[in-house]
Amino acid sequence: MIRTLALGTALGALTAGAAMAQDMDVKLGVLNDRSGVYADLSGEGSVVAARMAIEDFGAADKGMNVEIISADHQNKPDVGSNIARQWYDEEGVNAILDVPTSSVALAVADITAQKNGVMINSGAGSTELTQGQCRPTTIHWTYDTAALANGTGGAMTKAGGEKWFFLTADYAFGHSLEENTTTVVQENGGEVVGQVDVPFPAMDFSSFLLQAQGSGADVIGLANAGGDTVNAIKQASEFGITQAGQKLAALLFFVTDVHALGAETAQGLSLTEAFYWDFDDTTREWSARFEEIHGAKPTMVQAGVYSGTMAYLQAVEAVGSAEDGEAIAAQMKTMEIDDPLFGAVTVRGDGRAIHDMHLFEVKSPDQSTGEWDLYTHISTIGGEEAFLPMLDECDFTK
Amino acid sequence: MFDLLGISPQVLMGQLLLGLINGSFYAVLSLGLAVIFGLLNIINFAHGALYMMGAFVAWMLLSYLGVGYWWALILSPLIVGVFGIVLERTMLSRLYKLDHLYGLLLTFGLALIIQGLFRNYYGISGLPYQIPEALSGGQNLGFMFLPNYRAWVVAASAVVCFGTWFMIEKTRLGAYLRAATENPVLVGAFGINVPLMIMLTYGFGVALAGFAGVLAAPIYSVNPNMGADLIIVVFAVVVIGGMGSIMGAILTGYVLGLVEGLTRVFYPEGSAVVIFVIMAIVLLIKPEGLFGKAA
Amino acid sequence: MMQQTTGMPRLHKVIFLVLLAFLIALPFFVYPVFAMKVMCFALFAAAFNLLLGFGGLLSFGHAAYFGGASYVAAHAAKVWGLTPELSVLAGTAAAAVLGLLIGSLAIRRQGIYFAMVTLAFAQMVYFLALQLPFTGGEDGIQSVPRGDLFGLISLQNNMALYFFVLAVTFGGILFLYRVVHSPFGQVLKAIRENEPRAISLGYDVNRYKLTVFVLSATFAGMAGAMKSQVFQLASLTDVHWGMSGEVVLMTLLGGMGTVFGPLAGAAIIVTMQNYLATFGAWVTIIQGVIFVIGVLLFREGIVGVISRWIRRPL
Repeated sequence: MIRTLALGTALGALTAGAAMAQDMDVKLGVLNDRSGVYADLSGEGSVVAARMAIEDFGAADKGMNVEIISADHQNKPDVGSNIARQWYDEEGVNAILDVPTSSVALAVADITAQKNGVMINSGAGSTELTQGQCRPTTIHWTYDTAALANGTGGAMTKAGGEKWFFLTADYAFGHSLEENTTTVVQENGGEVVGQVDVPFPAMDFSSFLLQAQGSGADVIGLANAGGDTVNAIKQASEFGITQAGQKLAALLFFVTDVHALGAETAQGLSLTEAFYWDFDDTTREWSARFEEIHGAKPTMVQAGVYSGTMAYLQAVEAVGSAEDGEAIAAQMKTMEIDDPLFGAVTVRGDGRAIHDMHLFEVKSPDQSTGEWDLYTHISTIGGEEAFLPMLDECDFTK
Repeated sequence: MFDLLGISPQVLMGQLLLGLINGSFYAVLSLGLAVIFGLLNIINFAHGALYMMGAFVAWMLLSYLGVGYWWALILSPLIVGVFGIVLERTMLSRLYKLDHLYGLLLTFGLALIIQGLFRNYYGISGLPYQIPEALSGGQNLGFMFLPNYRAWVVAASAVVCFGTWFMIEKTRLGAYLRAATENPVLVGAFGINVPLMIMLTYGFGVALAGFAGVLAAPIYSVNPNMGADLIIVVFAVVVIGGMGSIMGAILTGYVLGLVEGLTRVFYPEGSAVVIFVIMAIVLLIKPEGLFGKAA
Repeated sequence: MMQQTTGMPRLHKVIFLVLLAFLIALPFFVYPVFAMKVMCFALFAAAFNLLLGFGGLLSFGHAAYFGGASYVAAHAAKVWGLTPELSVLAGTAAAAVLGLLIGSLAIRRQGIYFAMVTLAFAQMVYFLALQLPFTGGEDGIQSVPRGDLFGLISLQNNMALYFFVLAVTFGGILFLYRVVHSPFGQVLKAIRENEPRAISLGYDVNRYKLTVFVLSATFAGMAGAMKSQVFQLASLTDVHWGMSGEVVLMTLLGGMGTVFGPLAGAAIIVTMQNYLATFGAWVTIIQGVIFVIGVLLFREGIVGVISRWIRRPL
């Protein structure tokens, strides 16, 4: 076991004469995509966010020596699980943060449970993390596909978009996103008139978009992510589909994607996020600090890493040691968290963090006052409504 | 109104047209690969990366120098071509006497490097590139809305493909080129500078990839991964057409675009694999490819 | 050269023994899971090298057997509840069948066309892995249990698993070595060097080619099946064409057609991926640079160069 001794901190604390309740080492691993499709929305930015959390938490003053390591899981479950295993076994990592890409997240959740660590997931969307494959040591912080479906699907159906056609990325994530949204659409009195499974990844969506156009749907639901969604939206505008009155619903879309697409093409798009930098004074101030270090505004995933890390450190402080992951996760589930970025947050027995979600619409270029001035806030969806109800067998507080 | 398997003729027409547009990209890219393979006996695995580079150069020209689409259409392939020539002179030229395998491996490595570098500096989300003013908008053809830009892609690709075919098959320069493919030593003995010709051919082949990249930039987001998976498909196109056959590469590019388009209607999940199924069948029945000469 | 058929040369014997001793000691110094990964890839590369280095056939689709077997083995362990050794056997058998099917079609073609046929079939296997219900799409088959070996020894412990993996991969590599240095291997070399001549000598060339293809696929499958037990996971990475490229890289870097080259190549590449993971996008760049330098300057591969220095086949 490699353990960095907190000698420096400990000595410093002693000589300063401060009353320290405990001197302990905490090691956090930020495991995310640093080179692939999710690199911009998680990547190095998430490491920056975790560092900010440690600083703002005042770990050093509290006698906690918190160290961060990071690695690229390349969106491959085998790479991710290998790193996670090694981190727990060899590096003495106590908690793994971020982990976008559902397949990797599920693999890491499993290992985390075996090794009694904690996974605070911000980047992945699969509801499986707290439903079918729930683990006592998994905390799912930022969003999930059900919350996105509830936000975007519900709002658009209520606004009159009753007939839906799905372009579904042909893999488990895409199908679950479609399934979640279908439920929401039907609950709100809408119907699904068709869908097409698009091989993943795809560059050209024109053929599928034309099929969607021919279906007479009001809304084309894009059950895909990243570059696929960007291309689909771009081509929908090129083929005059949005101009002809059909609406696009991007079911998983991040502020970095909108930024890449440009307000010109993305305008009018509805999407759901847990966090937007320009929400209030606190988020603006925090995001400005983040931007200064990282060079771009934070995404909700990066903001989630910050909040999740903060909550984790509080729990570690309360428990008094970072060794027992299950105890820390249990502690997190008892806390009333007033988060500067997410507002009131509670962590449910299954590890699902419950907080508000927000529906946004992308501004048109003439409404937008700057490079990152991209969203208009439409409505807020309360946490209880946004996320799926807890499964009984997943309530680990019982 | 008769329906074909539940698809109306209008929809079918639309899908075929879209297939043709995609086929245009395949044709230009596979043409470049075929030209390079024909003369250099190298399977240029870096083709996808150079296609991506073409799109990026267009984007850089616009963002850093304010050079617009039309100039980029000429400048970007030139820059990519020169870059290719540098690669050829410094590395590829050392491998001509060896097995094909080594050229493939070298260019595979080059592709990893080029893609990795762009990913490091420009991230992965992609960069926006607008359709040029003159080509925005579109025509309503009755059965579908055809964006002007897509029509332009088909036209530009057809002109470039025909031009290349004409140059290689019908001009004196092309005759030297074909002769050099057959027997470089003999052609060299006639006083023709074969290494120079090889160098320019490689430059031209990758310039075609760069050209396709510029064509693609306004449609797809300019993204470091845009060529990564495409290369395997284009590869298959060249094999189906017959390695080294110019006409074969062009025609197969268009035809497979159409086939893929149809698959997207009848069995969308399979559209990513249909080309490989065809490739396996063709190779087993007619190994030299549809248009290749029997070895 | 001919005396090789009668027994293992002393040098090889020594190297194998040193290697075995090293591998027995290894898990006490490095992370066992990492060491197991290296061994799985070493077997994979050795199996690939049998086909490329000794059979002279470049397959660009070996991920199909590696990944296919890992899916079958994972499914066997998780859903059928088989013990680890039976799961690995099931995966290996599946790879053998797949190898027989694809091989019997592919060996009709030569050179670059052979490579392309194998690639095409591998892409189809990838497609199936994505589409079939039992593979779990891009999530793969996760949480594969590490069962009890022969129903007796629990493999939960990394060390126990390590020695199981060591036994299987080392045994596999020794078997491949025997194949290469058997009369069968000699005929293979003859076919690789001069196929028409081998035909004129009365050898049924296609049968030899098919046999070596199936053998190669089988052991590639064994490696993949082992990997799924080690990582408790079978995923699309293992069937993607990138994996086929990686095994070519390992073999080439180590030295194709040498006995120890693929092992060295696998060790280097896996180590590199492991320790450079923190560098993010730089990993692919560094890998690319190794490819380029390897092809330009060290075509014989590392072991090939050493073998030339000491003037002994390795």
